[in-house]
Amino acid sequence: MFDNLSYKLDRAFKTLKGQGQITEVNVATTVKEIRRALVDADVNFKVAKEVTDRIKEEALGRDVLISVSPGQLLVKITQEELAKMMGEKQEDISIEGSPATILISGLQGSGKTTFSGKLANRLKKQGKQVLLAACDIYRPAAIDQLKVLGEQIGVEVYAEPDNKDAVKIANNAIKYAKDNGKSVVIVDTAGRLAVDETMMKEISSLKKELKPSETLFVVDSMTGQDAVNTAKTFNEQLDFDGVVLTKLDGDTRGGAALSIRNVVEKPIKFVSSGEKMDAIDLFYPDRMAQRILGM
Amino acid sequence: VGKSQVDEDVLDELEEILISSDLGVNTTVKIIDRIEERVARDKYLGTSELDKILREEIAGLLSENNTEDLKDFSLPEDIKKPYVLLVVGVNGVGKTTTIGKLAAQYKKQGMKVILGAADTFRAAAVDQLKMWGERVDVPVVSHGMNTDPASVAFDAVKQGVEEEADIVIIDTAGRLHTKVNLMNELSKIKRVIQKFVNEAPHEVLLVLDGSTGQNAMIQAREFTKATEVTALAITKLDGTAKGGVVIGISEEFKIPVKYIGVGEKVEDLQVFNKMEFVDSFFKRV
Ligand SMILES: Nc1nc2c(ncn2[C@@H]2O[C@H](COP(=O)(O)OP(=O)(O)OP(=O)(O)O)[C@@H](O)[C@H]2O)c(=O)[nH]1
Ligand SMILES: Nc1nc2c(ncn2[C@@H]2O[C@H](COP(=O)(O)OP(=O)(O)OP(=O)(O)O)[C@@H](O)[C@H]2O)c(=O)[nH]1
Ligand SMILES: [K+]
Ligand SMILES: [Mg+2]
Ligand SMILES: [Mg+2]
Repeated sequence: MFDNLSYKLDRAFKTLKGQGQITEVNVATTVKEIRRALVDADVNFKVAKEVTDRIKEEALGRDVLISVSPGQLLVKITQEELAKMMGEKQEDISIEGSPATILISGLQGSGKTTFSGKLANRLKKQGKQVLLAACDIYRPAAIDQLKVLGEQIGVEVYAEPDNKDAVKIANNAIKYAKDNGKSVVIVDTAGRLAVDETMMKEISSLKKELKPSETLFVVDSMTGQDAVNTAKTFNEQLDFDGVVLTKLDGDTRGGAALSIRNVVEKPIKFVSSGEKMDAIDLFYPDRMAQRILGM
Repeated sequence: VGKSQVDEDVLDELEEILISSDLGVNTTVKIIDRIEERVARDKYLGTSELDKILREEIAGLLSENNTEDLKDFSLPEDIKKPYVLLVVGVNGVGKTTTIGKLAAQYKKQGMKVILGAADTFRAAAVDQLKMWGERVDVPVVSHGMNTDPASVAFDAVKQGVEEEADIVIIDTAGRLHTKVNLMNELSKIKRVIQKFVNEAPHEVLLVLDGSTGQNAMIQAREFTKATEVTALAITKLDGTAKGGVVIGISEEFKIPVKYIGVGEKVEDLQVFNKMEFVDSFFKRV
């Protein structure tokens, strides 16, 4: 999987140069190579097309064709363009209200519960009084899982094992937080597919009821072409504030990050890169751009 | 496909469908090339014939490991019991859930099933498997959290032999294939259970998340290196993700896809059907 894009492009250009004539058509061929690399990195097909159209324009404007190593320059342009698309400034989450509420959402197994623990740990270290609310009433041992994490980081977990109403549990958690001097409540929810109407309704009601100061969409960085469908539907139903990319400690190229950012235009706020409670980091667009390009 | 004859536009549309189903560039190009060859050979190729040919070509890739689709959840007959099934994969793909569902299927056939809770690492992983055990009414062998996974696996197999179980299914912790130590642990689990039953594990099932993109290809490569993967399961196909990456995987590593997960409930597991799988790429959502 170590296809060095810049090498490939240089080679492509060499062939073109060998043919003596370099035209706009030739650039198109090379740009196709970039598009394939992006799709191989799991950037959505349509998004990849948009990106490369823009790169092509940039390339023609910047005289790539007469430069010494056009491949390298083209990769540089691509990298800049990707970083730009992923948002140039870092955006933090908003923690407002008393208590401030943070709603966590996403597909099954994306890493929500683990991330809830990590975020709680981070906020605790920043001096906040954090409460974790266990609102996944479906997955076997979901509450136990959150409790184990809570114990590890020394953060209290609010749970009602016999209550089958996530909204009520969340409301009770907030009341409990108020009564017990907590400043932030992080609401862990069950994983759900965008096509599951009942479950999507549940998360929408959670949002309407709690009016969280921050709603996060947690997504596995290994996600493929479907990332756009999922992100779009979650965004339509939740109008979330930011994205969390998980499992970046693997070797995925993470093209989903670009696709999601492009489709919903919401910032990526955190990355998660490990199972331990301190494996949480801010998002750096230029690092992500390099990663997608396999650099 | 609204046109009657296969031309450039039709092939472009086809390419988009295949890429959008996560087949990846290589496999997609391979399929398109094969179709182009047929178009060149058969002078006239209508789009209605294209559907048929396409299904043949894709299913052909899935068959290059020469295995038939399973008909049901039965176990091979000619094996000395217990049949040992080791379940592996990266984090959160659906290993534990798939085990619960499989256990239910075997139990339904009147088999004696034992589960081994060898994920001793992830928070409450043992509790999760135990809850599945209760739900489907099969015993779970466990030593609790933070114990040695290989020794749990050993004890599960031992209990399977002693109690003449039909099948022992061992859950393992999710691990990214980039973590060398954790990958080595899989070989250790295998070695340890072989001390007890020589030919175990009879099956190593690699579980892949159907919404994963091209990284699944690397997962397959690395897990195959660490332990002998003999079957694949693809989960979460009840959403809009298509799981097409397994076509390239199945072809390259000659590992058959055996099961698909289509939900979170006990009954949401199916044996893999090539044709239905291929058809799902072309269903409009
Ligand atoms: N390697 C790695 N594993 C992670 C990361 N984040 C989460 N995990 C693991 O991924 C698996 C799923 O994580 P969970 O936090 O349970 O995911 P979830 O979204 O809460 O899952 P559901 O509640 O079932 O929808 C677990 O094995 C976690 O330990 C990460 O950044 N890196
Ligand atoms: N929609 C859907 N969800 C599934 C399917 N299979 C598993 N899940 C869900 O995916 C999440 C993760 O499943 P697990 O069985 O815990 O995954 P795992 O591979 O054991 O995870 P780790 O042990 O943490 O690595 C849970 O919320 C499951 O309910 C499926 O086929 N469809
Ligand atoms: K599907
Ligand atoms: Mg969870
Ligand atoms: Mg598990």
